[in-house]
Amino acid sequence: MKKIKKIKIKLNGKERLIEENISLLKLIKILKIPVKKVAIELNHEIMDKKKLNKKMIRKNDKIEIVHFIGGG
Amino acid sequence: MGEGELKKDNLIIANKKFNSRLIVGTGKYKSMSECAKAIDLSGADIVTVAVRRVNIINKNKPLLMDYIDPKKITYLPNTAGCFNSKEALRTLRLAREIGGWKLVKLEVLGDKKNLFPEMIETLKSTEILSKEGFKVMVYCNDDPLMAKRLENAGACAIMPLAAPIGSGLGILNKVNIGIIRKQTKLPLIIDAGLGQASDATIAMELGCDGVLVNTAIAKAKKPFVMALAFKNAVVAGRQSFLSGRIEKTLMGKPSSPSKGII
Repeated sequence: MKKIKKIKIKLNGKERLIEENISLLKLIKILKIPVKKVAIELNHEIMDKKKLNKKMIRKNDKIEIVHFIGGG
Repeated sequence: MGEGELKKDNLIIANKKFNSRLIVGTGKYKSMSECAKAIDLSGADIVTVAVRRVNIINKNKPLLMDYIDPKKITYLPNTAGCFNSKEALRTLRLAREIGGWKLVKLEVLGDKKNLFPEMIETLKSTEILSKEGFKVMVYCNDDPLMAKRLENAGACAIMPLAAPIGSGLGILNKVNIGIIRKQTKLPLIIDAGLGQASDATIAMELGCDGVLVNTAIAKAKKPFVMALAFKNAVVAGRQSFLSGRIEKTLMGKPSSPSKGII
């Protein structure tokens, strides 16, 4: 069996190991996060949610996933 | 004034009509269900929400959108916790990306203790956001000159504080609020510092178009009762303002006829 290579990224401020050669959309799906209810930033750039499948994640990428919570 | 006329008395912000003049925050509640019920009782059409990181580890945490339907209630994303223009712009651009929100509440704070707004950064952010097509409701201090500058910068609503956020002190400077009311045709909404329902009535009687309340409802011992109280207080204050109050006089005037006294 082929061993899956992993890369280190920073997700919501915390380091995390993820599979190599996956798209942002795939990561969101792995994390079971509802795409419609969040916004995603890759290395401080806001991503167009329609193009998440084309954006491949690279080593040391900084990803932020945000949503709405209660606030005044 | 007939009842029919009052029913048409909508709050209009950025060409959108809202039935209620009470805007409520969704923070500080014990639970999402308590928050949702209080909002329902308050009758608010607009609720403020914050933008924060998704909890990656605990995904079973309840989501705001599961309790408050953004199709039925207008979400007003805020920039709470931002202390400069850069942070505020980043937050609201992200909020827009979540689902197309353009009506936003800009709040740039300047001091962690008193939570007063940092007006230079606020003004700068208002200009940029307006140019980017946002409809910006701006939390600001109660300074008429700064309110004018925000209006010129493209704000769609002026939202001066009554008192520091969460302080419950009520309206500290009625004169300034009155001056801002006179100088602007923009929606004027008192935001922050209210403590009890009568504070909302006072704001409405000063001619404000609405009030924004969070802590006073969420942290009341009985939030549901307070939500109702604020709903009624805003309506009462608005009706009182529209009805044209009597002149104040120094001396008394009898309420009963002085003729025919036995």
